[in-house]
Amino acid sequence: MPYEPVLLARVTKPGSGKLEGYRADGGYETIARVLKDKQPLDVVTQVKDSGLRGRGGAGFPCGLKWTFLPKDHPGPIYLCVNADESEPCTYNNRILMEKDPHQVLEGIMLACYAIKSQKAFFYVRYEYGDSYRALKSAIEELYAAGMLGKGIFGSNFDLDIVLHRGAGAYICGEETGLIESLEGKRAWPRIKPPFPAVEGAFRKPTIVNNVETLACVTQIMKRGNEWFKSLGVPPDPANPRDAGSYGPKLYTLAGHVEKPICVELPMGVTIRELVEVHGGGVWKGRKAKAINPGGLSMGFIDVNAPLKGADGKTEYDIPLDFNGPGRVGCLGLGTAAVTVIDDQTSMVDVLHNVCQFFSHESCGQCTPCREGTGWMLKITDRLRRGLGRKEDLDILVEVGDRIGIMPGTTICGLSDGAGWPVKTAIRKFRAEFEAAIKSGEKSKYAKSLALAGAH
Amino acid sequence: MPTVYVNDTPVEIGTKRLNCVQAAELAGQFVPHYCYHEALSVVASCRMCLVEVGDLKDGKVTMQPKVLPGCQTPVKDGTVIVTGEYAKRDPAVPALPYDPNYTKAAPPGERAKRAQADTLEGLLVNHPLDCPVCDKAGECKLQDFSYKYGRSESRMVDVKNTPPNKPQLSSTITLFTDRCIMCTRCVRFTREISGTAELQVVGRGHHEEIDVFPGRPLENKLAGNVVDLCPVGALGSKDFLYKQRVWYLKTVDGVCNRCSTGCSTYVDTNKDIVYRLRARHNPAAQGHFICDEGRYGYHHANAAERFVRPVAKVEGRFKPQPWSALLPQLKAELGAAVGANPKGVVAVLSPFLTSEEAFLLGTAFKALSADVRLALGPVPVVGTDDKYPKNVKGEPVEPVKFTIRAEKAPNRIGVEEVLKALQGELIPFASVAGESLSAMWFAGGYPEPSHLDALIPAGWKAPALLIAQDLLPTAMTASAKYVLPATTGFEKEGTFVNHSGYKQPLPRAARPPVETRGELQLAHDLLGRTGLVQPASVTKELAAAVPYFA
Repeated sequence: MPYEPVLLARVTKPGSGKLEGYRADGGYETIARVLKDKQPLDVVTQVKDSGLRGRGGAGFPCGLKWTFLPKDHPGPIYLCVNADESEPCTYNNRILMEKDPHQVLEGIMLACYAIKSQKAFFYVRYEYGDSYRALKSAIEELYAAGMLGKGIFGSNFDLDIVLHRGAGAYICGEETGLIESLEGKRAWPRIKPPFPAVEGAFRKPTIVNNVETLACVTQIMKRGNEWFKSLGVPPDPANPRDAGSYGPKLYTLAGHVEKPICVELPMGVTIRELVEVHGGGVWKGRKAKAINPGGLSMGFIDVNAPLKGADGKTEYDIPLDFNGPGRVGCLGLGTAAVTVIDDQTSMVDVLHNVCQFFSHESCGQCTPCREGTGWMLKITDRLRRGLGRKEDLDILVEVGDRIGIMPGTTICGLSDGAGWPVKTAIRKFRAEFEAAIKSGEKSKYAKSLALAGAH
Repeated sequence: MPTVYVNDTPVEIGTKRLNCVQAAELAGQFVPHYCYHEALSVVASCRMCLVEVGDLKDGKVTMQPKVLPGCQTPVKDGTVIVTGEYAKRDPAVPALPYDPNYTKAAPPGERAKRAQADTLEGLLVNHPLDCPVCDKAGECKLQDFSYKYGRSESRMVDVKNTPPNKPQLSSTITLFTDRCIMCTRCVRFTREISGTAELQVVGRGHHEEIDVFPGRPLENKLAGNVVDLCPVGALGSKDFLYKQRVWYLKTVDGVCNRCSTGCSTYVDTNKDIVYRLRARHNPAAQGHFICDEGRYGYHHANAAERFVRPVAKVEGRFKPQPWSALLPQLKAELGAAVGANPKGVVAVLSPFLTSEEAFLLGTAFKALSADVRLALGPVPVVGTDDKYPKNVKGEPVEPVKFTIRAEKAPNRIGVEEVLKALQGELIPFASVAGESLSAMWFAGGYPEPSHLDALIPAGWKAPALLIAQDLLPTAMTASAKYVLPATTGFEKEGTFVNHSGYKQPLPRAARPPVETRGELQLAHDLLGRTGLVQPASVTKELAAAVPYFA
């Protein structure tokens, strides 16, 4: 039996973004009930017990994050909604915001009630004009209906939602970068600790949650933990640090597929199933070569590389849960934005594209990332001009290895994400890179080869 | 007692709250850094101070698996710091029991050493190797650290970014944009210390640059400090640019004489010419920084108009005189004036003199007759105290981090204390200026002639015998019978007492022009003592005679 979407249940309905329609589908009944029957701590406990992990990329347990707030803080406490969805090929939040904003807004209400916040900042990336307008009209509807502001739903709980439109920078999706940007500063990520839960926006305790996470909160509070835990993958008993991958997940498909689509599935679908069944296979009847399992920063899988110990299976068959991509050298699930690269695409071009993105988006605060991403771009640019040297590959892998928060050389994780695709691509497709260097062929896509990095 | 282990050496930190860089310094171990500065907020972005950090607990060292920025990592009892220099540690100190799993992957110190070398390689990716034409060469932290901690070869073969220079950044400072390593010390300085916030970072990634808002150049009275703060040759002082290669300069500790704050400085000279003043860290005086008035306030020492030899007015024109003939003549004329009416003779001692000079000159005049009066020279006061940081409206903000004082003289308190001790009362210049005097010795030394001119009363009539000793032409020297060259604050030794009573010794950084006889030597001669004066013995004499200096 095919899975019945929950988060995306309403997106195809006409006028799905309207308050009227949402209420007709039972919307805002959950928050009204919760405000009447439950204490904030009950909500925190339920979300924590549901095993919901953040959908923004890092997969940190959502309820656990909420418990990091200082106890009995006199306030104010803030909620920041991270809708700076800038990971390439990711658009699941956008669909939620454009087509069903009230589901997200109800999640915000629930989360704010749980963490005792009376103000939520909704940070929408600049490029999402439609999302911004949909959210704006939805929030205006709520204020007009008296469902935001003082004493919402007849309770004594006050809540304001401030919609903030960013100015277009990838780094604003990093939680402290987002907070800095919200405060009107350059989005330079802050040094942690203190974590935002202790000192965040405007130096007050702040929780930063992703849009999809909050939509999940709505559904968890509506349908209960049993429903949520019935979906997805339970924790690996062999790994005590695994918190499991429960619940539904929005997977977005992009790149060389027949049907670029956003589908909602229980966690743990394999890449093969996602691409072949839901995406209609690789386009133009070609075969997949590499796949990016969760946004560019997660790195690449080699579709044809056999999985160790799994008979006949390849990296194509890894499940897309929080642990799956990590098993084949990727950084993690990330945003679950699957990008397919077909077998006629040069990995040199792919890598150049990746490096261009990260070099452009590095905030430039820490030396290793600022210079490392720029250097990797210059090297890959040279590679695609056919001027590569064999030692370049070693330099790329070395630079990719040494930049990031994991080796401890940067403040935030951007450069882990910048290094990961570089080193996974070169490690997994080294032969292709070496052949390209040896042949000295120019990239066929490089029509105008402006020198990278030169002014 | 809380103890921290730096490369196995235990060091007690007491109750101080320190970061790893400071704790390592306590242990005598330097951790290189660019963005970290004691007076500025910590951003931990240059990643030069990476160290390995762990904990010693129950006889076991647990090291963190990744390198950490030392500037941002606080230490506590039992913290173990391993720097990149671990291999060069003191072999006499027994090694700590590091976890074998940690040392298996790489020996202690190896991770930090590699990370620092990687950071330097990164910094050099876009840094032009134009050291031969860079003003900072020789005192550049990028040069020094690359030499000490970096790789010897560059693996970068691509075209470097070459953003255009920004000489329009400020009237006093220029920016060599391509040399910048983005430590943002300058940006933080204008935000946190001057509060004027002219500087900012523009662009992203490796196209980032320091810049100002259009039409809002870096113009504030503390701006020159960003040049001192810049670890590389990116920010250059237009005043000093291309004047000297720094390895030719001799650096002497100095004290600024431009206001009563009495900032500690470094005086950089070559062949007795002062080329540059820089801030010297002294928490007792001013802290880390100096103002631009002081920083660029050395040009009077090299001014063309400066008096370099004694002159006497003959038929309305000044004629040079040899000291050998002049000194007996001065003594005779002063003696005659004192003999005629000692109350009509006044020695004016300016607040630019050192306490020793004021003491010895005062002693010399009191030796002529107890009735000769000593007056405190005019004390220039310009406006009000200028406090920093400022807010957007230009109002000072608490806590005050720097004050440029309205009193534009370095040693009013010192001279006052000497005068009080020598004659029991303090006579200001203004009260003797109105009198009809027979003789006046005016020991000036005003670096800014207009300050003195403003304080001479309009209808002032010079005494018949006016001996004025000063640096530059003023209304006082114009009406003098004899003009003697004075020495600048860089050319004398002694003690300045600042606004808060802090006594600061002042070594000599340069020799005065050859025909100049210093104030101290002149007082020594007037007292009839023979030979060269020994400033140190005068300091002892002063301490014995004036309890304030004891």
